[in-house]
Amino acid sequence: MDIKAYIALSLVLFTIGIVGVLVRRNAIIIFLCVELMLNAVNLLLVAFSKMHALSPAAKASANFAGDAQIFVFFIMVVAAAEVSVGLAIIVMMFRNVHTVDINFLNRLKN
Amino acid sequence: MNISTIVFLLLSLMAVGSALMMIISKNPVHSVLWLILVFFAISGHYILLNAQFLAVVNIIVYAGAIMVLFLFVVMLMNLNADTEPIKNYRMQLVGICTGGTLLLLLVLITNRMDVEQLVETNAGNAGLIKNLGMVLFKQYVLPFEISSVLFLSAMIGAVVIGRKEEPIDQNPNS
Amino acid sequence: MSNTFNLVWLIPALPLLGFLVNGLGRKSLGKSASGFIGSAVVLGSFIFSIMTFMEVRQGHTGVVHFFDFLNVSGLKVAFSFQIDQLSSLFLLIITGVGFLIHVYSTAYMHDEEGKDFAKYFAYLNLFVFSMLLLVMGGNYLILFVGWEGVGLCSYLLIGYWYENNNYTDAAKKAFVMNRIGDLGFLLALFWLIGKTGSMEYGQVLQTATLSKLTAFDITGITLLMFVGATGKSAQIPLFTWLPDAMAGPTPVSALIHAATMVTAGIYLIARSNILFSSAIITQQVITIVGLATAFLAASIALKQNDIKKVLAYSTVSQLGFMFLALGTGNYVAAVFHVMTHAFFKALMFLGSGSVIHAMGGEQDIRNMGGLHKHMKITSITFLIGCLAISGIPGFSGFFSKDEILAGAFGYNTIVYSVALFTALMTAFYMFRLYIVTFTGKFRGTHDQEHHLHESPKAMTIPLIILAILSIIGGYIGIPEVLGGHHQLAAYLSPVIPQIHHHLSHETELILMGLSTLLVVCSITFAWIRFRNFKINHNHNSLASFLENKWYIDELYQFAVVKPIQKASSLFQLFLENRIIDGSVNGVGKLVNYGSRQLRLLQSGQVGAYVLLMVIGMLILFVIQFFVS
Repeated sequence: MDIKAYIALSLVLFTIGIVGVLVRRNAIIIFLCVELMLNAVNLLLVAFSKMHALSPAAKASANFAGDAQIFVFFIMVVAAAEVSVGLAIIVMMFRNVHTVDINFLNRLKN
Repeated sequence: MNISTIVFLLLSLMAVGSALMMIISKNPVHSVLWLILVFFAISGHYILLNAQFLAVVNIIVYAGAIMVLFLFVVMLMNLNADTEPIKNYRMQLVGICTGGTLLLLLVLITNRMDVEQLVETNAGNAGLIKNLGMVLFKQYVLPFEISSVLFLSAMIGAVVIGRKEEPIDQNPNS
Repeated sequence: MSNTFNLVWLIPALPLLGFLVNGLGRKSLGKSASGFIGSAVVLGSFIFSIMTFMEVRQGHTGVVHFFDFLNVSGLKVAFSFQIDQLSSLFLLIITGVGFLIHVYSTAYMHDEEGKDFAKYFAYLNLFVFSMLLLVMGGNYLILFVGWEGVGLCSYLLIGYWYENNNYTDAAKKAFVMNRIGDLGFLLALFWLIGKTGSMEYGQVLQTATLSKLTAFDITGITLLMFVGATGKSAQIPLFTWLPDAMAGPTPVSALIHAATMVTAGIYLIARSNILFSSAIITQQVITIVGLATAFLAASIALKQNDIKKVLAYSTVSQLGFMFLALGTGNYVAAVFHVMTHAFFKALMFLGSGSVIHAMGGEQDIRNMGGLHKHMKITSITFLIGCLAISGIPGFSGFFSKDEILAGAFGYNTIVYSVALFTALMTAFYMFRLYIVTFTGKFRGTHDQEHHLHESPKAMTIPLIILAILSIIGGYIGIPEVLGGHHQLAAYLSPVIPQIHHHLSHETELILMGLSTLLVVCSITFAWIRFRNFKINHNHNSLASFLENKWYIDELYQFAVVKPIQKASSLFQLFLENRIIDGSVNGVGKLVNYGSRQLRLLQSGQVGAYVLLMVIGMLILFVIQFFVS
């Protein structure tokens, strides 16, 4: 497959994530959209690990594609940690204001 | 059109469609389920790209653990009804326009990039557990250990944040 | 360099010390203490001045260098004192007359409060310090420092009774007029530095240096210096401040506005005589301005009724004479007249102070009369002053004035006749003043008559000393025609090259006889006219023209002050209110408005923040990839 196809797919997924963040007010959905964006980036990274320029350094390295995949692995790790904290915050917020609508989170104003 | 192209198109269609459904559906539970579907499609892509281990991890960690956590929270808070009774159409329009512009911009930018020399290489079995494990525990052992500390702190943070506020100045004996 | 010159710094340092002690301790010092300190430091300076003078007489002159005042690349100005014949003579005048006036002040200012009394002496000491700096400075910059210092002290002392608005106005007028002149002087200094790269007298005032300057440069520099001199020495057009300066205490008028400060301009020109001698146009300008000032001021003095105003205009007139002498190249005569004038004008001012003191503040001579029998010492000393200024043979004024007139005659006959006429007017108005004040019947109130008394010794003794000086002061400059050697000219010859009159002795004698005869006639006329003085309110137009000082103040008011005020209010209206205030307030309003609008962005809505973030991202993308 052409790398451009993967780039296009990633961009579309990422943009859907952004639009989701912008139009939805439910904190959980926004969170889901963030996850979607992370995965779009992951997908692109894996695609680049498969399709890259054949530089002399790449040829010498026995396991070049592995580096990018490790990177994706770490992104998943961080995402998991983020989700645990983020969900805790959402639970906390729900407990205090009894809603997950971010428009009620305008305490920053004052 | 060979078989991998057909699979790619199918998976892409599935991913984009599910993603759209995720942000359209009103019920948060449905959103979570649609997102799980997106993850499955992305895992399919991973397999196409010779990243077998990541595909499996994606299913297990994302779709299995994280999404279940989301579902659990949603159901815990009983949010399966429509949570946004008041629609803000203007905001939605602005958001969609902004997103469209961003997409357009990014497409334009990537078109200007010189990606012709990026060719498909035979990554072969780079994505197998054995090979990835060798890289992870040899080259990236320090980041790996640090990520475990990150998890620990995230766990503690989640516990601290989610703890119920209890009055401290109560009788210590009780 | 002799031993005495090592102590020369004490001459200005002592008055400075007195200033500091009196100024800082003015609340704790008693009246007698501050008066004593103020007088003692000037006496100390006087003693050192005499020692310096003795050294200089033996031919020891030199430049005493202390430290570098300025050391900028290419320009090095030293803090140094020039000790030579000219400065040592001025030192004697300043410290000698200054000391007498300090002593006089202790009695004259006795009614002041202790605090103000010490303040007065502090100012007076500061003035003496500045004036000494002015004459001792080894270069134009030190001279300028002193020049500004005396201007400041003059301002402070004119406005000494600062509760009175008119007095502070007079002080401001003096200061502003002086500033106008100072600007000219400053420009002259810049020009001089630009062309010669130095300000030291020793370097600038040499024929070798001057030959490098073009005629235009010399004329420009000297003219600008003369502008400075007109401000400080009250010449046309900047003379109107001096009569107003009589608002200050009378001893101040005597010291600053008669004997010393106003002669600073003459000192400047006499010091730079080499420069001025090579600028023909400037000399002509100086001659004309000096003559015009002398005539104008003398004519105004004819009709003034304030005792101090008469003396003030007389001072302006005499200063005009000195400038006339300078303009005709007769520098020695100018310096000579500075000295004799310092004696007799200080004497007359102090005498008028004594009169005012006795009259309880009354200054209008129409309300005086017959004071001779009440205050004999004052009256006699004042008469000596009048005789001296009128140029009666035997008194000091005769010698110096005659020298000026002789120089004028050699210069131009018309100049001579105007100067002679002015001298006659001088005799006339001085004797008018004397006759109206001291003879006839007392015309004041009964209380004042009862109060009349001779002044205390601290006031009369300086009067007597000054009277003696007014008589004998002229004998150091007896012209050759009368069998003298003109010791002053010989003394000053290293600094001021002697010029030889091309007048024959016969002509000089005739001129002397003529002026003496006319002066005596003039005095007689004054005696006849004012012997039975009555207050007379019928003025003809010429008299009121003179009494109103040729309407010069009104002219300046109309030609300078009014247009400036008009322009100011116009600028106030348009430039200040509209443009400056407008732009300043506009910036404020803009920021205010902008903040008000920007504040709305801080809605606290997370969604809006995210949207803005994405828009920002978009803009960054566009800039990164499409703009550059």
